[in-house]
Amino acid sequence: MIRIKCPYCGLRDHSEFNYIGDATKLRPINPELANDDEWFDYIYIRDNPRGVHQEYWQHISGCRSYVKVLRDTVTHEVLKTGLPSDDLLFSYEAEK
Amino acid sequence: MFSKKNKQQIRRLSSGGLIDRSKPIGFKFDGKPLMGYVGDTLASALLANNVKLVGRSFKYHRPRGIYTAGTEEPNALVALRTDARTEPNTRATNIELFDGLEAKSQNRWPNLFLDVMQINNLAGPLFTAGFYYKTFMGMPGWHFYEYFIRKAAGMGSTELERDPDTYDKKNAFCDILIIGGGPTGLSAALSAGRTGARVLIIDSSKLLGGQLIWELDQIDDKPALQWIESALKELNEMKNVTIARRTTAFGYYDSNVVNAIESVSDHLPTPEPHTVRQRLWQIRAQKVIIATGATERPLVFSNNDRPGIMLASAARRYANQFAVKPGNRAVIFANNDDGYKTAVNLAEKGIDVRAVVDSRTYVNEFWKTKLDELGVELILGSAVINTHGHFGLTGVDIASLSSDQKSTSSQSTFISADLLAISGGWSPNVHLYCHAGGRPQYEASIAAFVPGLRSQSEYPAGASNGAFSLIDCITEGTNCGIQLATELGFSKTIFSIPQTDEPSVTPIKALWRIPGKGKKFVDIQDDVTESDIKLAHQEGYISVEHLKRYTTLGMGTDQGKTSNMNGHAIMAEERGEAIETVGTTMFRPPYIPIAMGPLAGRDIGQSYSAKRKSAIHNWHHENGAIFIDAGQWLRPQYYLRNGEANTTQNMDLAITREVKGTRGNVGMVDVSTLGKIDIQGADSSEFLNRIYTNGWTKLAIGKARYGLMLREDGIVFDDGTTSRLSEHHYFMTTTTSNAASVLSHMEYCLQVHWPDLDVKISSITEQWAAMAIAGPKSRDVLQKTIDEEDLSDETLPFMGVKQISIDGIPALIFRISFSGELAYEVNVPADYGEYVWRRIMEKGTTDNIIPYGTEAMAIMRIEKGHVAGGELDGRTTPDDLGMNKLISSKKEFIGRRLLQRDGFLDPKRPKLVGLIPTDGKSRIRTGSILVKDPNASLPMPKLGHVSSGAYLSPTLKHPISLGLITGGSKRIGETVWATSPLHGEINEVKIVDPVFYDKQGERLNG
Repeated sequence: MIRIKCPYCGLRDHSEFNYIGDATKLRPINPELANDDEWFDYIYIRDNPRGVHQEYWQHISGCRSYVKVLRDTVTHEVLKTGLPSDDLLFSYEAEK
Repeated sequence: MFSKKNKQQIRRLSSGGLIDRSKPIGFKFDGKPLMGYVGDTLASALLANNVKLVGRSFKYHRPRGIYTAGTEEPNALVALRTDARTEPNTRATNIELFDGLEAKSQNRWPNLFLDVMQINNLAGPLFTAGFYYKTFMGMPGWHFYEYFIRKAAGMGSTELERDPDTYDKKNAFCDILIIGGGPTGLSAALSAGRTGARVLIIDSSKLLGGQLIWELDQIDDKPALQWIESALKELNEMKNVTIARRTTAFGYYDSNVVNAIESVSDHLPTPEPHTVRQRLWQIRAQKVIIATGATERPLVFSNNDRPGIMLASAARRYANQFAVKPGNRAVIFANNDDGYKTAVNLAEKGIDVRAVVDSRTYVNEFWKTKLDELGVELILGSAVINTHGHFGLTGVDIASLSSDQKSTSSQSTFISADLLAISGGWSPNVHLYCHAGGRPQYEASIAAFVPGLRSQSEYPAGASNGAFSLIDCITEGTNCGIQLATELGFSKTIFSIPQTDEPSVTPIKALWRIPGKGKKFVDIQDDVTESDIKLAHQEGYISVEHLKRYTTLGMGTDQGKTSNMNGHAIMAEERGEAIETVGTTMFRPPYIPIAMGPLAGRDIGQSYSAKRKSAIHNWHHENGAIFIDAGQWLRPQYYLRNGEANTTQNMDLAITREVKGTRGNVGMVDVSTLGKIDIQGADSSEFLNRIYTNGWTKLAIGKARYGLMLREDGIVFDDGTTSRLSEHHYFMTTTTSNAASVLSHMEYCLQVHWPDLDVKISSITEQWAAMAIAGPKSRDVLQKTIDEEDLSDETLPFMGVKQISIDGIPALIFRISFSGELAYEVNVPADYGEYVWRRIMEKGTTDNIIPYGTEAMAIMRIEKGHVAGGELDGRTTPDDLGMNKLISSKKEFIGRRLLQRDGFLDPKRPKLVGLIPTDGKSRIRTGSILVKDPNASLPMPKLGHVSSGAYLSPTLKHPISLGLITGGSKRIGETVWATSPLHGEINEVKIVDPVFYDKQGERLNG
């Protein structure tokens, strides 16, 4: 059981959340200007890192917020959580 | 009569122990009536009655007795209770004796004393590691042998009847969870509790105190039991401390979540009324103190498995806690001080202790003097090299050990004994520490693996941390409690560490195996011997993980609690490497075998998953609806009329009746299950524009529009109609099955992609009941039902939306059609759903209104060539479905860019068509593969598949299907074959336009 701190609701069981996926990919801000490679990368290419990873979880049985989660894929430890707009990896590294 | 009962318990001591001699209990073992006392375990009661033989071993069917006194028991596994409550492989050492208990031995046929399969023992050399696979797998006919091999192997057998008991789940939260209520756990609870921290302490027994319950230690010059009592008194008075008894932690998971099983009623014949059998605890703790103690190890020597051989601590425990003599003439064999403690305890209880055999050459004066006083012979530097007896031990052979422990003297001495108490040292119970992610490390000074680095917030303390003396346990427990409470912000309190009376310790000298011939059992439950480990090494299975799987070492129900350390150390010796290099296997949950009941809890049968019923459900139920599961929803599939039996024929009649009634007059279907999403905010139009493929900015207020939604990769995601209720307010509908995923997708877009948009969305599926009224007379019926409004074409044209009222109930009415008929969808607040449905049915009686279910709805949509789940299968593009006109070229939307990729423009992509069997009557199975030539050689080239179908279109009087086929509409007029090889079906079908009925759409106008 992973426990995740929702920015709005506090620490909750992962069973209240839906795992969504990789949060490191940004949708092209200007869709018409992005080229095929950028679209291909955004839609299909996902890293499967061993270690620290930023991902989205939706607090589906709670406030329905999308929560950005910085998680260690080896230990499952949740290192940091925040809003979709937060760069958790950056602030995590900075704090270290 | 009472005295007669007492006589049965010939091994019971006349005084002492924590049993209640005023409360005798009757129980049965293998059908034989026996007596015990309240406070006994099944194992102690069996020993009290001189029952030594309790089972047969797994592979060799050797006679086995009670080997331990606790959770680690590998041998004394019984089938507890009878009939539906039968519980196989239950440890006799853990079962609290209750009145009327019935237990049966396992793994024997026809009975314990005459077991046919013991022939395996004589054939012993054959049954080495990997025997079955080496012998049978290469030979033809494995399937034939497998039946007999499986029958001969295995542990207990399960009941097939439904479990009559109920199980529960519980969530718990605390600052500090303490697992284990021994001296360490109690000390930690006291020190942490005194700071005010919220403490939960759990213990698998009824009695807290752990090993102190049955040891004769003194604390502050008083019996340890008094210290336990005062500790419990203080803990009970603390409001911030909770004590859970009979609760065993079996798994340590991520985020410091610990799961435990509470045996609520296992000590009773059947649970009390309205109580559960067991309860699953899910505990979320900030800090976890692991105070789970240690487990004694056996020694590995020839024939070390006979009934009458048991762990030294177990012999002590039976004598001290249960006032049972585990034997009359005892020999003790140890490589550590535990042997002396046992010898003194047993001798003081009046047991004839013949000798203490110590493999070490030195022991301190304290124990020497003690043995002298009690007249017990001390044999140093020696080992038990063999044992005698069949159904029970009769004696042991003792020889002196060489200094390297690798050989013994050729001369041996026989000592007659019916009890051999053995101790190979103690292994800390690192299981939960391993679950948490920890890697144990070898500690040579105690010859055992101890916890290493911390992975989560788990804090092993006391014996489970390798600190075996009582004073160390109390000190570590106290300090750990204080430290963790302080870390959590609770203030320190004053405390003191009590005094104990322990003698100094002579260090253990590791002794992993004793030279000699004959079977030397390492894993006594799985019948894995020392020679199996040697064989594994010889054949290259030298890693501990391979060793485990090749020999089954540690794979029994006890998960190697007594055997792993010895087994891994023997492998290290064979490899000639250090134990720390060879390592140990990791422990995984569960720590003890767990029944499925508490894991399922109440989520069984009808409660397995939520059932969603629409607001109109009762009416359907009263009016002959046969329901079908649509996700969690129950939807009417079709309606039977008075007295009709639910047969295939009547189903077909009902469906035909519903289609004809709707197309001929008027029908009504409950569409409350459609997903409904309320969209509000200044940017709502822009938002819809971005998530739908078609344009939304120009939709007039009071109008509905069909919308198509794509995934980012260009595949069709969902469709539905969305209506504009006011400038910044929309009412969206989705398909029933995608309601949740569409909502999540929209939330994702709003929160992650476009947080700048001023849009708020909310699911309103359950707030609104919806019903579609279709057919040429639908307007008439609705006009009669509503309060005032005019429903003429002028005021409510096709795709129009109106807010009206029915008997004062506000209703939203959409003029949309799925059936192709003149149709309306009426949405009312859910609480009024059934009322409004009944009103419409009443008003429609004279127009012969008929309710219709999902079957008739599906047939009518196929007749109209409308796509649904079968076509929106996660592989189709808008172009595949003939929906290119819904793709706006003037704007951006989700999925637009990927629509243009090469694969989607391939002219060979299967596209939507209609299909009719050429014979006009064959039923075409959905999922059938479309091929050009059914006699072509395999693999047969595939042209497409049948995506949905109606076995009979009542309107067209023949079967119709929709399918996706390469070439699509270019093939109209061709014939191909629909094949379903699994069902042996091959039918010729003609390709036609997907709109089978009313191609011009004239019926929409009534």
